[in-house]
Amino acid sequence: MDNTPLVIVDKLKKYFPISKGLLFQKQTGFVKAVDGVSFVIFHGETLGLVGESGCGKTTVGRTILGLYPITEGRVVIENFDVAKAKGVELHQLRQKAQMIFQDPYASLNPRWTVSAIISEPIRVHHLVQSETEKTERVKELMQLVGLSPRLINRFPHEFSGGQRQRIGIARALASQPDFIVCDEPISALDVSIQAQVVNLLEDLQDRFQLTYLFIAHDLSMVRHICDRVAVMYLGAIVESADKDELYEHPLHPYTNALLSAVPIPDPKKDRNRQRIILTGDVPSPINPPSGCRFHTRCPIAKPHCKEITPEFREVGSNHWVACHEIA
Amino acid sequence: MHPLLAVNNLVTQFVIPEGIVYAVNGISFRVNPGETLAVVGESGCGKSVSMLSLMGLIPTPPGKIVSGEAIYDGKNLLALKDEEMEKIRGKEIAMVFQDPMTSLNPVLTIGKQITEALICHLGLTTAEARERAINLLDMVGIPEAQRRLEDYPHQFSGGMRQRVMIAMALSCEPNLLIADEPTTALDVTIQAQIVELVLRLKQQRNMAVIWITHDLGVVAGIADRVNVMYAGLIVEEANVDELYESPNHPYTRGLLGSLPRIDRRRDRKLIAIPGSPPSLLVKPKGCPFRSRCPIGKEVCQMEAPKLRNVSENHRVACWIDISSGEQISG
Repeated sequence: MDNTPLVIVDKLKKYFPISKGLLFQKQTGFVKAVDGVSFVIFHGETLGLVGESGCGKTTVGRTILGLYPITEGRVVIENFDVAKAKGVELHQLRQKAQMIFQDPYASLNPRWTVSAIISEPIRVHHLVQSETEKTERVKELMQLVGLSPRLINRFPHEFSGGQRQRIGIARALASQPDFIVCDEPISALDVSIQAQVVNLLEDLQDRFQLTYLFIAHDLSMVRHICDRVAVMYLGAIVESADKDELYEHPLHPYTNALLSAVPIPDPKKDRNRQRIILTGDVPSPINPPSGCRFHTRCPIAKPHCKEITPEFREVGSNHWVACHEIA
Repeated sequence: MHPLLAVNNLVTQFVIPEGIVYAVNGISFRVNPGETLAVVGESGCGKSVSMLSLMGLIPTPPGKIVSGEAIYDGKNLLALKDEEMEKIRGKEIAMVFQDPMTSLNPVLTIGKQITEALICHLGLTTAEARERAINLLDMVGIPEAQRRLEDYPHQFSGGMRQRVMIAMALSCEPNLLIADEPTTALDVTIQAQIVELVLRLKQQRNMAVIWITHDLGVVAGIADRVNVMYAGLIVEEANVDELYESPNHPYTRGLLGSLPRIDRRRDRKLIAIPGSPPSLLVKPKGCPFRSRCPIGKEVCQMEAPKLRNVSENHRVACWIDISSGEQISG
């Protein structure tokens, strides 16, 4: 890990239009899925992006790779401006930045063999000279992710969930990327398989100096795998810090509630814990609350939280938080 | 103590074109009045199928209960006629499912769905049932209960729908609630709300709960006793404290070792269990965990180990003594 940023995200916004009517469609509003998110990811680092469903973490991952057009703000990956990249530049960007998806069932084409799936990026980016070289490369990648190269001509349905996720990882590695967005890569897997995949991701990171954006809702796993963690709520980052700092000294009331809700696999410890139970549900991102977005569920909200949006500011070394009540 | 439910040697299989799915391969357990029994295991371990078998909810064919009995209140649930089972299901034993969207009827209002059970099981009039339904929604923490009776399931969030499901399950004051991964589809903050709700209601009514989950973290917070299942068998059962303090089965140990902890700094890589669970299409032979087991011996290939006592409240199905690494004698 060094101190030059590989990925810079600056005031990123992604709004999805909502329209009404069948024939004469009329725009009636926006889902503000990502509403002003800024962070950097350094070379060789794993940044964790956590939050509950609908907080916009997946949209952030997809938007910074250019899979969704950016509404506002800037994303730079390895000197490529994602919003402006076209033609050759976009092609290069796609090679350097890859994605591992959540659902190992939906993210592989069921009609393609493993060989076709893994070799597609190799083909698209002209990384080999001949067919034999391509096959060799696919076999090498399969070995790398712990799949037997004998299975090269099998189809996805012949594999278990964990193995499919390995195919997805091999595909992401095929173009020799520097940066990979891992979007909930283990949440569809069984507990005993999750650790296998996490260990694989770590080994590959060491070996190829990969940089990860690790999107997840499993806060225990994020503490294990990440270097720094950013917590999202309703389209905005509310707190970010180095992982041990964040888990040991959480400042934002949402982070506090979130961490206290995670069960600990230790009955005696779990029984004696102080839980902060939040009331109500996450508000709609179509019409987010005024001021601080969390004020409707916040246990320490004051009247001014309703009026003024808190600034995201540095309160300790590398510890950032967006809350009026934190000194 | 006289158990509320005693299950003996339950075997459930499914016949499909590819062969026989050996889903549940002979499990026995008891639930005492007022206690919470957690059933832990990964997908395909038979935890849901065993509960559906008890409730008479296995589609036949392809499913078939090959053998076993489930004694509740002096009756064998597995031998009851459909009409008799209907009197117990939903009234004395109720169930909450994982996915609150698909288990509610999307074209009926919530009020209609809650009152149905009250009218049919308790014989209340429509007005009485409505009154009761409002109380129930209130009890599970749904604001403006009276107004929300007229709403349809899609107008509720995931957590609220699960509350509705719990309200329905509790509407006839069951003695036993079977909760099948009730919080798996929910976010952690909502999971904490639901866990708190079920524990509070359980205490108020002295109701027994069977909580099915794959999450060992959730188990630690809710259970009195735990059954660990693997490939259609119970491989370990113990009081919750004892299970976490001294897990005896290599699978239970493996699961606990592969879990990252939110309350600790990272000190090592995760210890993964190699391989994956066995195919359920293969007739079980020997110990189901043998291909992934770090301490297995020859005997494990030949014969499935039976549950043996480790201590008064702790039983394990393993041929190997975990502390010495030697095969148990006798």
